[in-house]
Amino acid sequence: MQSYNLSHLRELEAESMFVIREVAAQFEKPALLFSGGKDSIVMLHLANKAFSPAKIPFPLLHIDTGHNFPETLEYRDKLVKKLGARLVVGYVQDSIDKGRVVEETGPQASRNRLQTVTLLDAIEEHGFDALLGGGRRDEEKARAKERFFSHRDEFGQWDPKNQRPELWNLFNGRKKMGEHFRVFPLSNWTEMDVWQYVLLENIDMPSLYFSHDRECVNRKGTLLARSEYIKLMDGEKWEKMHIRFRTIGDMSCTGATVSQANSLEEIIQEVAASRVTERGSRADDKRSETAMEDRKKEGYF
Amino acid sequence: MEHFSGNGYLDMELLRFTTAGSVDDGKSTLIGRLLYDSKSIFEDQYEAIRLSSERRGEPEVNLALLTDGLRAEREQGITIDVAYRYFATPKRKFIIADTPGHIQYTRNMVTGASTANLAIILVDARKGMVEQTKRHAFIASLLGIPHLVICVNKMDLMDYDQQVFERIKKEFQGFASKFKVHDIQFIPISALKGDNVVEKSKHMPWYGGSTLLYLLETIHIGSDINLVDCRFPVQYVIRPQTNEYHDYRGYAGRVAGGILKPGDKVMVLPSGFTTKIKAIDGPEGPVREAFAPMSVTIRLEDELDVSRGDMIVRVNNVPEISQDIDMMVCWMNPVKLQLNGKYAIRHTTREARCVVKNILYKVDVNTLHRIQDDKEVGMNDIARISVRTTKPFFFDKYQINRFTGSVILIDEGTNETVGAGMII
Repeated sequence: MQSYNLSHLRELEAESMFVIREVAAQFEKPALLFSGGKDSIVMLHLANKAFSPAKIPFPLLHIDTGHNFPETLEYRDKLVKKLGARLVVGYVQDSIDKGRVVEETGPQASRNRLQTVTLLDAIEEHGFDALLGGGRRDEEKARAKERFFSHRDEFGQWDPKNQRPELWNLFNGRKKMGEHFRVFPLSNWTEMDVWQYVLLENIDMPSLYFSHDRECVNRKGTLLARSEYIKLMDGEKWEKMHIRFRTIGDMSCTGATVSQANSLEEIIQEVAASRVTERGSRADDKRSETAMEDRKKEGYF
Repeated sequence: MEHFSGNGYLDMELLRFTTAGSVDDGKSTLIGRLLYDSKSIFEDQYEAIRLSSERRGEPEVNLALLTDGLRAEREQGITIDVAYRYFATPKRKFIIADTPGHIQYTRNMVTGASTANLAIILVDARKGMVEQTKRHAFIASLLGIPHLVICVNKMDLMDYDQQVFERIKKEFQGFASKFKVHDIQFIPISALKGDNVVEKSKHMPWYGGSTLLYLLETIHIGSDINLVDCRFPVQYVIRPQTNEYHDYRGYAGRVAGGILKPGDKVMVLPSGFTTKIKAIDGPEGPVREAFAPMSVTIRLEDELDVSRGDMIVRVNNVPEISQDIDMMVCWMNPVKLQLNGKYAIRHTTREARCVVKNILYKVDVNTLHRIQDDKEVGMNDIARISVRTTKPFFFDKYQINRFTGSVILIDEGTNETVGAGMII
């Protein structure tokens, strides 16, 4: 007998495609936030499916901190070309040059928080009224309460205590002039779902996710990759390690994991056996107990 | 491909459930226990809440801190909003909609329940059924949750006494006979000590049923969707306008009911034109069948004028088509429902305006009595109302199809979602 049950991955896929199409239908000028990380890669893959055989009817927006892994930019450009998508880039460096933000100094300096200003400037400049983001609720406790359709006021702020109720699959994207929405089609996905789906769909992933040799410094348990953006502190040294990245962000705050996982199957086994969350290696979340919530309220991703 | 260790299965079922309990019923502890015992809590998460608990001077690690993530929640020790949690066992993947026990209770539970296949209702063994338990059960039934699991918690504080459990079970069954629930199960547990949550309790040999986790892993959810009445709300029209796909015109959407196949004779609403399904494109290419909740693109034999908000249905099985809709509404906003007030109304992918023609009665959610003399519908109230819409809607009763039987009302001034409606 034919069974009319979708597997969890196909059900998540269907839900995400529905949300992405809803964005195209309800908003005038949406864009898809593309960071080159696994979540935005999967989101882009789903967007491509949602409108196939037509092209994705909105551009990709990349907020470039200037501290990207070179592999990320290479991967981004190749993929954009393959999909025939439009790419808009907002540069944090421009925000610094214009005096919109002041760069952090010191050995722990990061441009992570500065991205918010660049992002909000890009929204204003291009008149985007909805941004699709790859955020997942399982990533971080502040994200656990985020809606699929998350309202932002005219300052780009999130008000977690006063969110619109979200029922069934009826999404309310109505807004006033100057306000916008962040939409998270992968809300219900976990890290494991993402990797399983990558395997199921055989999605090409950046080499950074697979184990390789790299010089890193161990800073309070976070393994930071060698780059011109990381300055050694007293007693620290570069060491050659066999690592991979579980998340990919800016080079100044993305920590690596010592790993032998060199294939999707091995990554899935590693994730299944892992006893720490993927954001455990993110220095940007370690700044305080509510670091993510505080950044999100200001308009962060 | 399918033999991965741990959670590495590519083909698992997804179960969405919601948890309801009064203040101090141990709901957060139960969720913490499920996550902890199924090894879904990571070391860094555990370490963070251990440190947090210590800083607050709490004697034990407070598992509630896992679910209360917002600054205000941590400061005030309360849960503000629906939080979504995830865990998986080798059998199933679970999504928990964790709803707070006191503030804006009805609003939050309705939200969490709207997408759930199952509701866990916690009852404190010492207190038995209280008003809130009745309210939770009523909301679960109103929202059409197919499965209800009543966990009688804190059995450890009642010496694991079978009589206590049986008494509560009997009382609940008596109450539940007043409304429609398809499937109710009862489990005696201690979330704190872990009895019958993941591991079978050694203290309650008189209980022959399954543990909560086993039940969650095995309960049959396959027949919870409507496979009979074909409903396809058109969400988005795909027209590539490229040379390769010059004549391609696809109607993208999510199947809301029934099983659609190429060759099916269908009618497009509201135009009433009939045609046949030429092909159905799924996420992996053409499919022979499409059913809820698949996201697909349908191509039709004839070129018709079809747009977002239209609905494709079977010729001989048409939903109700009307501008007058009767519904139970849960009010979700501090500004009261206005008789003769105008709201935006959204149903499937269709949006229009409506006017509230009548408020028939309010429901006392604790006694289920109809209140006829007070028609002020404020935040967290549930009422029966009728509205008239500016254009026809195509709908089913909520109890028959949750996708085509639900609406939201939106305040046109603030754009806030103010009401959740279930069509009757």
